[in-house]
Amino acid sequence: MEIVLAVAIGVLTTCGVWLMLRPRTYQVIMGLALLGYGVNLFIFSMGRLSVDSEPIMVAGFPPTFEFYDDPMPQALVLTAIVIGFAMTALFLVVMLAQRGFSGNDHVDGQEDAE
Amino acid sequence: MTLPLYSLVLLPFVGSLVAALLPSNARNTESTLAGAIALFCAVQAAMLFPEVAAGGVVREEIVWLPSLGLNLVFRMDGFAWMFSMLVLGIGALVVLYARYYMSPTDPVPRFFSLLLAFMGSMSGVVLSGNLIQLVLFWELTSLFSFLLIGYWHHRSDARRGARMALTVTGTGGLCLLAGVLVLGHIVGSYDLDVVLRAGDLVRAHPLYSTALVLILLGALTKSAQFPFHFWLPHAMAAPTPVSAYLHSATMVKAGVFLLARLWPVLAGTDEWFWLVTGSGLITLLIGGFVAIFQKDLKSLLAYSTISHLGLITTLLGLNSPLAAVAAVFHIINHATFKASLFMAVGIIDHETGTRDMRRLSGLWRYMPITATLTLVAGAAMAGVPLLNGFISKEMFFTEAVFVNAAPWFDTLLPLAAVVAGAFSVAYSLRFTVNVFFGPDTCHALPRTPHEPPHWMRVPVELLVLACLLVGVLPQWSIQAILSTAATPVVGGQLPAFDLAVWHGFNLPLAMSFVALAGGIGLFVLLRRPLQTGRIPRTPVLGRVSGKRMFEGTLAFITAASRRLQRVLGTRRLQAQLLLLVLVTVLAAFVALRGAGASTWLAGERKVLPFSPMFALLWLVGIGSAIGATWQAKYHRLTALALMSVAGLVTVVTFAWFSAPDLALTQLSVEAVTTVLILLGLRWLPKRSEAADRRLPLRIRLRTSARRGRDLAVALSAGGGMAALSYAVMTRDFPQSISTFFLERAVPEGGGTNVVNVMLVDFRGFDTLGEIAVLGIVALTVYALLRRFRPAPESMDLPPQQRALPTDLATDLVNAQTAADTAHGYLLVPAVLVRLLLPIAAVIGVYLFMRGHNEPGGGFVAGLVLSTAFILQYIVSGTQWVEANISLRPVRWIAMGLLMATFTGLGALFFGYPFLTTHTAHLDLPLLGEIHVASALFYDIGVFTLVVGATLLILTALGHQSVRGHRRVSTDARGAGGQTPGDL
Repeated sequence: MEIVLAVAIGVLTTCGVWLMLRPRTYQVIMGLALLGYGVNLFIFSMGRLSVDSEPIMVAGFPPTFEFYDDPMPQALVLTAIVIGFAMTALFLVVMLAQRGFSGNDHVDGQEDAE
Repeated sequence: MTLPLYSLVLLPFVGSLVAALLPSNARNTESTLAGAIALFCAVQAAMLFPEVAAGGVVREEIVWLPSLGLNLVFRMDGFAWMFSMLVLGIGALVVLYARYYMSPTDPVPRFFSLLLAFMGSMSGVVLSGNLIQLVLFWELTSLFSFLLIGYWHHRSDARRGARMALTVTGTGGLCLLAGVLVLGHIVGSYDLDVVLRAGDLVRAHPLYSTALVLILLGALTKSAQFPFHFWLPHAMAAPTPVSAYLHSATMVKAGVFLLARLWPVLAGTDEWFWLVTGSGLITLLIGGFVAIFQKDLKSLLAYSTISHLGLITTLLGLNSPLAAVAAVFHIINHATFKASLFMAVGIIDHETGTRDMRRLSGLWRYMPITATLTLVAGAAMAGVPLLNGFISKEMFFTEAVFVNAAPWFDTLLPLAAVVAGAFSVAYSLRFTVNVFFGPDTCHALPRTPHEPPHWMRVPVELLVLACLLVGVLPQWSIQAILSTAATPVVGGQLPAFDLAVWHGFNLPLAMSFVALAGGIGLFVLLRRPLQTGRIPRTPVLGRVSGKRMFEGTLAFITAASRRLQRVLGTRRLQAQLLLLVLVTVLAAFVALRGAGASTWLAGERKVLPFSPMFALLWLVGIGSAIGATWQAKYHRLTALALMSVAGLVTVVTFAWFSAPDLALTQLSVEAVTTVLILLGLRWLPKRSEAADRRLPLRIRLRTSARRGRDLAVALSAGGGMAALSYAVMTRDFPQSISTFFLERAVPEGGGTNVVNVMLVDFRGFDTLGEIAVLGIVALTVYALLRRFRPAPESMDLPPQQRALPTDLATDLVNAQTAADTAHGYLLVPAVLVRLLLPIAAVIGVYLFMRGHNEPGGGFVAGLVLSTAFILQYIVSGTQWVEANISLRPVRWIAMGLLMATFTGLGALFFGYPFLTTHTAHLDLPLLGEIHVASALFYDIGVFTLVVGATLLILTALGHQSVRGHRRVSTDARGAGGQTPGDL
């Protein structure tokens, strides 16, 4: 299982980074979103994987990882998801404004010299 | 009553604040305030005289960072006392003078406010007992002098002069800071008292020369000494009271103040002698020579000031205690006569409308009292006997004769002294004789001159009286003050000196007379050519323009830094992103270097059993991620859909591995993000695959190469992430702080959902920051879109809508042209979606209420509710929704943020730190015992803000379509329409 998730993180990151390096703003926004998935899963995976642990405290279970999920990476990822949404929104609007301002959708505001 | 010493620094700053807030026409109030403060502080300082005259040091310490040796120290010894008397006393006179000088149309609050602030900074320099603190106030004087020189900022010469002064003195200030740091390093303390006692240690230290040069750079730039003297004449664009204050008595004296202050520490070496005397002597000669050839009265005074400061610097450089005493004496004398002369020039300018010496002549007839005063002060500047300038100049001549350095210098110095004396006589004569005597040309002046208002002349009268008193009765008037002031400068042992007017016939007296005669000769020789303009500029030196060199240097530095920026940086974001990724990958690689893949890749932790379902799931996920990447350029909608699939697979993964909160949040964010990007798609340019294929081969090859490079980078980044996460996942925790949260979630957080408790309680401050960011982003999006100008080709209606007649009943009808879109437009879905709203609201509340104990919480609930609202927009159209529901997203944001903040602040009232949760146990009928944590209210804040922010972002974007269409349609109809989109 771990290897599947690791490969998934790798593919998402690869796609994200490749798109981020593209010249079109839309490609970059897609890339950031994919990279966001990859990074969130990565942070999540730092809490190790467990299929049937309790995410909610249950009376009688001692508070150890034997019974419970690691809550900390989850709290971090939760924050990251919301901030990621805010970033996507801001980037989208900046991208639209830039498009109206410069007349093209190149990230540098001007087409390549060639 | 004696106030603490720091009040001498603090009061002017307080006054400055008050003055800045007064109305702009309150000239009398302003000047009374400023004058009262200056006078009060001067009296306060004067009352300390008995203490410092006895050799005492008044010292106050305000502890700030004792571990770093940084405390606010104010100390006053005799020298500081004399200087604060100059600063505050002349300050009071200048304020009185400025009251009459400034025109009623000038913005006086700014003037007096800046003047007071400058006074405070200058007091700070003088009274600082800590070197770092001294540099701080030093820089403040540079700043306020910049603002004062540029007071008339509508004039380009004022702006340029101010900028030049700031650049030169500011750079010097930085050098001074470095020098002081070196000095402090040598001594081991920044405390002035300690430093002053460590002279021998400093002079013997290998870093002495470094410290000396750096400190001299600071002092010489400030005092306009060669080769940094050029800024002072350009600073004359300041209002005359500023020149009288800053450029005679205070700011330019700060440099020589520092030299004298550190005299016991730094002086006494050959380096000191050659650097300080050399610079001073050259300045003395150049300043005097150039002053003769000026046309403008103020320029003449500026160069004369440079020259006199050169004299003081030379004296301080001679390494002789008696010369240092003479320097202190000349500081006092120069301040008195030069301030009065500047004021006199201001009066002439004020009453005649010009400062051009070629146009001014015979003013005696119109302003005899001013003329007399100016004559006396001018004579003092020339060093005429029975005036104060004479005595200090005599002392200089004596020192020049007895100097003992190198044979050639021993003969050069007296000669140079006499020549400089002749120069000062010549320009003083030109200043006085030309302006007040000679033919009456006043009919050609802009204004008919007359005596100024009486109170404008009073400061000049007082200063001239001081010149006379010191000149005639030096022992009675100044001996005690000078001894007090000079003792700390020479390090405690005051040499014997005699302040008599008459010392008998000796060499210095002869030199004085030679200088006097030479000056008169020079003046007679040059008078006619200068008056008729046959000498348009200074001979020889006129060709060397300090200003041009300064501007050339600046231009060179700017050009060089631009070139460097071009070489080292790029404005292209694409390249910057690549660099960022590369550095990240490299940093990770460097950290792992040396460890073989076999040793670190797989750990010892027992892996979970393989699940084919999960693998299949991610096969889909990976496939759609790659598909989205593939399609992102030409098929945006497809890419978006595929990306959402990858997102949904992520959601399932979170759920799979026991993270229901994450799954819920990611799911709702996924929905909102998709809508968001869909709304944006419409404004992007069309991109056709076929057109790009027709590009020339060369470009296509280059593109392929770039893609290959990026692919390699992306693969290494992705491979690294995969390896890293695998390596971590297959290991056990070495240690974790998570058990802390698990243990305390229920007893201290009052909730069983640990993740939610962490968000609203343990990491509540972090969440507060996060929702603040969300709110800021929403407002930024709104603000950016208010001024949004779409590209021309995307302004029209989309082709799908244009192709249809507007009255056709179809679900593609433009919402704008149909009055009620619900008529024919998605009628059945609209009804269903409206029914969905209350249901969604109930789900939202449900998710919210259980959030503390079960999966859910403010974020998810907020996103669910806003999705329900967005659905209304999508199906019923913007106009219908806004006509029927009053949504005010900005208020939601504000309420949410306030709620969260006040809940956090509430804890403070009970004596707990910010954001501490309190849990109340209530026993309610029917419901039984429930726990109400204050975190619940915090979560309501989060919920409200998330709803507001999401709605604001999406509706602001959605409104653009309405605006775009309307603009086109009103243009077509030629009728005006209101702009929607204001929420």
